[in-house]
Amino acid sequence: MAEAHPVGFQWVMEAKRRGATVIHVDPRFTRTSALADIHVPIRAGTDIAFLGGIVRYILENELDFREYVLAYTNAASIVSEDFRDTEDLDGLFSGYDPRTGTYDRTSWQYRGHEESGGGHEETATERESAAGLRHESHGPPMSGHVTRDETLQHPNCVYQILRRHFARYTPEMVERVCGVPREKFEAVARAWTENSRRDRTTMLVYSVGWTQHTVGVQYIRTGAIIQLLLGNIGRPGGGILALRGHASIQGSTDIPTLFNLLPGYLPMPHHAQHPTFGDWCASIRSAGQKGFWSNARAFAVNLLKAYWGAAARPENDFCYDYLPRMTGDHGTYQTVFGMIDGRVKGYFLFGQNPAVGSAHGRAQRLGMANLDWLVVRDLFLVESATFWKNSREVETGEIVPERCRTEVFFLPAASHVEKEGTFTQTQRLLQWREKAVEPPGDARSDLWFVYHLGRIIREKLTGSTRPRDRALLDLAWDYPTHGPHAEPSAEAVLREINGYEVATGRPLASFTEMRDDGSTLGGCWIYTGVFADGVNQAARRKPAREQSWVAPEWGWAWPANRRLLYNRASADPEGRPWSERKRYVWWDEESGQWVGEDVPDFEKTKPPSYRAPSGASGVAALDGVDPFIMQGDGKGWLYAPVGAVDGPLPTHYEPAESPVRNPLYGQQASPARKLYRRTDNPTNPSPPEPHSAVFPYIMTVSRLTEHHTAGGMSRTVRYLAELQPEMFVEVSPELAVERGLTHLGWAHVVTSRSVIEARVMVTDRVAPLWVDGRVIHQVWLPYHFGDEGLVRGEPANDLFGVTLDPNVLIQESKVATCDVRAGRRPTGPALRDLVADYRRRAGLDGHQPPVVTVDTDRPDTDRPDREE
Amino acid sequence: MVEPHTAVPVDPAARAGYLAPPPRMGFFTDTSLCIGCKACEVACKEWNLVPGSGLDLLGMSYDNTGALTANSWRHVAFVEQPRPVGWQTTAPLAGLPTGPPAAPTTAGVGGAVAPEQGTLPGVVPASDAAPAARMADGAAFPGTPGTPPSGSGDRGRRAELRWLMMSDVCKHCTEAACLDVCPTGALFRTEFGTVVVQEDICNGCGYCIPACPYGVIDQRRGDGRAWKCTLCYDRIRVGRTPACAQACPTESIQYGELDDLRRRARARVERLHADGVTEARLYGHDPNDGVGGDGAFFLLLDEPEVYGLPPDPVVTTRDLPRMWRRAAVAALAMAVATVTAFLGRAR
Repeated sequence: MAEAHPVGFQWVMEAKRRGATVIHVDPRFTRTSALADIHVPIRAGTDIAFLGGIVRYILENELDFREYVLAYTNAASIVSEDFRDTEDLDGLFSGYDPRTGTYDRTSWQYRGHEESGGGHEETATERESAAGLRHESHGPPMSGHVTRDETLQHPNCVYQILRRHFARYTPEMVERVCGVPREKFEAVARAWTENSRRDRTTMLVYSVGWTQHTVGVQYIRTGAIIQLLLGNIGRPGGGILALRGHASIQGSTDIPTLFNLLPGYLPMPHHAQHPTFGDWCASIRSAGQKGFWSNARAFAVNLLKAYWGAAARPENDFCYDYLPRMTGDHGTYQTVFGMIDGRVKGYFLFGQNPAVGSAHGRAQRLGMANLDWLVVRDLFLVESATFWKNSREVETGEIVPERCRTEVFFLPAASHVEKEGTFTQTQRLLQWREKAVEPPGDARSDLWFVYHLGRIIREKLTGSTRPRDRALLDLAWDYPTHGPHAEPSAEAVLREINGYEVATGRPLASFTEMRDDGSTLGGCWIYTGVFADGVNQAARRKPAREQSWVAPEWGWAWPANRRLLYNRASADPEGRPWSERKRYVWWDEESGQWVGEDVPDFEKTKPPSYRAPSGASGVAALDGVDPFIMQGDGKGWLYAPVGAVDGPLPTHYEPAESPVRNPLYGQQASPARKLYRRTDNPTNPSPPEPHSAVFPYIMTVSRLTEHHTAGGMSRTVRYLAELQPEMFVEVSPELAVERGLTHLGWAHVVTSRSVIEARVMVTDRVAPLWVDGRVIHQVWLPYHFGDEGLVRGEPANDLFGVTLDPNVLIQESKVATCDVRAGRRPTGPALRDLVADYRRRAGLDGHQPPVVTVDTDRPDTDRPDREE
Repeated sequence: MVEPHTAVPVDPAARAGYLAPPPRMGFFTDTSLCIGCKACEVACKEWNLVPGSGLDLLGMSYDNTGALTANSWRHVAFVEQPRPVGWQTTAPLAGLPTGPPAAPTTAGVGGAVAPEQGTLPGVVPASDAAPAARMADGAAFPGTPGTPPSGSGDRGRRAELRWLMMSDVCKHCTEAACLDVCPTGALFRTEFGTVVVQEDICNGCGYCIPACPYGVIDQRRGDGRAWKCTLCYDRIRVGRTPACAQACPTESIQYGELDDLRRRARARVERLHADGVTEARLYGHDPNDGVGGDGAFFLLLDEPEVYGLPPDPVVTTRDLPRMWRRAAVAALAMAVATVTAFLGRAR
């Protein structure tokens, strides 16, 4: 966090000054570790084993916050008798189909809800469309009426399933899998559990790198299980804090730049699943579901009204048919392979530099070299605009500048200080920023570009009678502009996002005012309220000393300016604060409402004693003790019967590339991971496959404080570039001896995709580990460098292949296997020869590693060779 | 230990002739809060329009600035050591496999690298990289021969690791030699007690450079003039915080009235000692030291030498009066002898 989020880290330092214990788990010793009380070096890609060990520690020692767990989580819910765990099936859950690599989730459901599991086909569609992403603002649809056993004794209640599932994650196993010595693991487990109770809470913080694994979603699920068991969710000082890679990443999922989502986490319609508006709305909510998400139809209508204005009417389903439809996977990597194959013709890049920042850089560049046109909008001439004349592929002859067919348009972009608008940060806080200076020369804001591009296209289409142009011509595309360049008003856009009454123009104060009859419109229902009373609430800057410690008048947080989600859980089931020290939101008997430091995340006047009548659905079905108001059953999920396509519980799988045989199960890597089996996307072999020794080391990449992501904004700035002027690879002294590397000398790092060279940094901050009885070396590389800018180096992301998490289609680009050799890499065509030679030695010519490594024909028998 | 004040601190501004000057202002740089983000280096350069320094990878941990120079007025040092730091409750590398150390020749490479910073005299490569190599080998520590830090050397039991970071800056000494030797008056004492070079008066004679006991002030190549931290004189005159302190996210760099900073620093050391960080100590806070105390002082977690600071700095002009007195006595004696000789002949 100190490395990549130094400004946010000031609050960790503040907490440390007040006596907080700071624990840092990271393969290498970073600037964060330097300030931490406990640093835990860990083998990259084994976090579920480590956190699973903590879950077991909590359950075996009965350290869970029992009152919280019973009332607020699904610990007591009873799961279908048909459910089989990874314990029974050697690393697979019940319902796995080895032919498709997907699960039929029927058996994962709560008892009596088996019909809502969906078959293999639905799971496959969800994987193709990264459906997990839409659960950011709310749980997946499911019915709210669940059989429970409040004694937690039923063998199929979630609590007992959890106990059995994690029984194997002993401290010895953690040591064996992660390379974390037992004493250190126990120190962390003790600190975490001792600091989580009625009057103490513990916060879990992760950054984007945590998600970049084939099991990234399950990493976070494991963290969530711990935090729920310890009562750290919905309470001040608790929670799971996701630090984003750069400004407004949160904002760009709320109002998404993703293929599968519409604003406010409404799913992009799928051609087969959502042929009609009714189908689409029905799919978002499930009949009998509890909670606010049951109003999804109103949110959808308001969005369509915001898009198509007067043209969107009830009789034409509010122009639902103008919305594009998904036909499958349209994710960024599918798109890149589509470019290589000639199926994608044009590409827009807004401040993105995939030639450096995305996994498998060679595929990125070869794809971009095979387009009709490419538009790059950036502050500087980044690698993704110059790959056709300056890249590794030009060196190897794979791209010939004179013959590269792609027409590249480079358009200079205004920086964040040269335009106005909002950033949404990790706490869901929208903060308005003013324009400080005019953008230089031809640089323009993204808003300017998109607005005028749309305006010009619409002008060109004026008079068109073709049906396909109606969606464009009917758009409500009228924003006030100002200044010599006709800059659209960002405030007007924010006002539309907030929503207003169509007849009067009165801004809506809350999404509860949204109607599904077309009388209101709003571009993103969760943002409704940011322009309440016609005031730009995101621009509020009241100093902390002039308001309460929650600071509700600084910026504006979605939803409803609520700073802490699910804060009903900060009070006990009777509505009293768990402790004086941690009081936050509580039930005030006298006034008959929820009061406290924050906007209560609950119906204001629903008493804790309220019990929904049977047959109720939606908001009315939420009991007074259901704090998780966006979940289908109102509870925090220790076990996820729906939502994840790769398992209802997190399970340790080895990364797609690992030098280690999975010590826990016969199943080596995630059986549901998303693969692109292509010859240009090889995967290094892992056990039980032979030849994994060809790539004996583990590599991981991340950021340096001095540079920003793919480097476009820092390698080009002299004052930043000089602080980290060259690409380097960090190795332990032991590995330096083993491979003959010298400090500041050259090394090259090889995978089956590519080879890059870097200067050597020998340091104790990277240490070898004992893993399963042998020494495992890890190397670390920054991923900031490329071929342009004041300081140059080879892109670390070139080394990765493309294997994705099945829930959200994020690539595994934080762990891979590699070889490290002293000296510089070969140049020109010899570079490809070296990589080809490695592929040949690894047995990868015409061969792809298997997905399933357990005998699925005899699923109930344990592998004998795993017994100890 | 925190030494008690034994003398009334000198107010250098009053001594310089200011009538009723504002309180003396300074920096307290608390290295126990530094996260090594280098925001101070960048903010300083941005505000003061300092030219870039070299684009060289130095291999000195994450320090690629190398030193305070004419082109770097803040410099963050990074020191990796096989020693514990007081707030660690477990040893970072305990229980991990260890092998032979990297060859000393490997580690020595770092010492032989010089940053090209466009300044004079600049930072020259070590004439002998062996000391740096020995540091990695654990046999010795440069600058402190014979006192190897505990925990180093025995890699078989390597367990401890700490990473010290420290943002260095001009000390704005109470007794400032650079100012004493400046023949043009380009260096002057401000009403805030700080020491500033006036770039339009400096003639580049370079006398100030060997005069600085910390090696801070430096000449810019192609320009010839001397440059260093001004404690953002332009900012503090209008009541603003210097750029580095403003940018520091963790309040490792604190700006304020020097008396107040000294009080805060003493309290901080006491607090750290109580929390088990017994290695915390102040540097440059004592008005009785060889430079009369620094306007910019530090909380360190190890001996000053570890951070590249002189352990016992002395204002280089301290002995000048005595030297001049002796020279005068000698000259007088010579004159007397000469006169006597002439008088004697006349007799």
